[in-house]
Amino acid sequence: MLKNRIIPCLDVKNGRVVKGINFVDLQDAGDPVEQAKFYSEGGADEICFLDITASNENRDTIYDIVDKTSKKCFVPLTVGGGVRTVEDINKLLNCGADKVSINTAAVQNPEVVIQSSKKFGSQCIVVAIDAKRNSDKWEIFTHGGRNYTGINALEFAKKMEDNGAGELLVTSMDRDGTQVGYDIELMSGISSIVNIPVIASGGVGNLDHLVDGIKLGNASAVLAASIFHYGKYSVKEAKEYLDSKGIPVRI
Amino acid sequence: MNVTIVDYNSGNISSVINSFKEVAKDKVNIEVTSDLMKIKSSDKVVLPGQGSFKSCVDALNSISGLVESLSDFTTINKKPLLGICVGLQMFADVGYEETETKGLGWISGKVSKIDNQNGNYKLPHIGWNQINIVKDSKIFEGVKNNSHMYFVHSYEFIPEDKNVISATTDYSSNIVCSVEKENIFGTQFHPEKSDKIGLKIIDNFINL
Repeated sequence: MLKNRIIPCLDVKNGRVVKGINFVDLQDAGDPVEQAKFYSEGGADEICFLDITASNENRDTIYDIVDKTSKKCFVPLTVGGGVRTVEDINKLLNCGADKVSINTAAVQNPEVVIQSSKKFGSQCIVVAIDAKRNSDKWEIFTHGGRNYTGINALEFAKKMEDNGAGELLVTSMDRDGTQVGYDIELMSGISSIVNIPVIASGGVGNLDHLVDGIKLGNASAVLAASIFHYGKYSVKEAKEYLDSKGIPVRI
Repeated sequence: MNVTIVDYNSGNISSVINSFKEVAKDKVNIEVTSDLMKIKSSDKVVLPGQGSFKSCVDALNSISGLVESLSDFTTINKKPLLGICVGLQMFADVGYEETETKGLGWISGKVSKIDNQNGNYKLPHIGWNQINIVKDSKIFEGVKNNSHMYFVHSYEFIPEDKNVISATTDYSSNIVCSVEKENIFGTQFHPEKSDKIGLKIIDNFINL
């Protein structure tokens, strides 16, 4: 049986992990390579790096980090943030990323998704959707949530599937950072209209939220940042909890 | 000993290279090339593959003499070859991704889209699934039945001779996820991304 995945996400800025404080076992807690290894050894099903480097000069640091991580970490590695072109995707894959997540570029230039999924295969193209509720619908934001587009999130999700995305990483902007749980309606809404896997993101504060994301939101995978970084729960504890709730996980 | 990973522009092979180098350490020389002479003189060959069946077959054919060299390696010289993902699928006679495409024909059979049962199963089949080992395969030495492996694919290999199947996985139906025919080995899952147990399979192949 296919297992639901738990994906810790690391925010990386100028080559360093931004969040994450309680890694007493690590020599250098700010080193993304060490943290990725720590998580994979702890049972993470996949690792996600989100590059939030603001300046273009420091963009290249992410390639170096991906390269080092992929030599130490033998579970899938997804990298997103600042990916604009097919060439950006090519570079990340060559450095050892297994999947690349595309956000703003997928909205601004659909050709990036079409061409990259044709060139590298749908299996490595993840489209990241940042959505915010507006009365009875959800609308897409780009540029790390700063720019409003007015695009309907559900329609966009379907379009991205048609364009060749292999997975959708859906983040609720309303919930992100709040720790009150995923936006279940958004997750289940998107999951029910596409036939590709949906990764739920944004708002996890406790382990029941992970359960809800899978059971109620129909997500194939759940992504979380702070509950793992701040040592509130380990990946192992999360998996044991999901298992106790009857959710299939890799233990 | 030399193990050659065939580099034929089949998409991303960095993870395959990294995992083989990790396992090989300094004991085994890992070569990444499409050089025919190097492939011929190699002890073992790894055939990765990402993207579509058609794109991988086209990429193989675009390098003059490569298919012949690989065929000689496996079917005449009978040296071990491991196909991963689309690398395994290409063993078939024919694949139906994008359009009908002729495969290498090393193991009779076809590659078809997984039946998603009217949308009940999401495709691609992405994530960790357990393997059901159905026959002793040398690459599964020390690998327990029901071990988890990492999958990412929408198409499945359906061999004519069921005796070549060494493991299946349950997704919509019993999908063939590993084959062994004499010196030819293949995994639909990605051992290079399947944590320690995946590296064990790579180690087993290197030590054949």
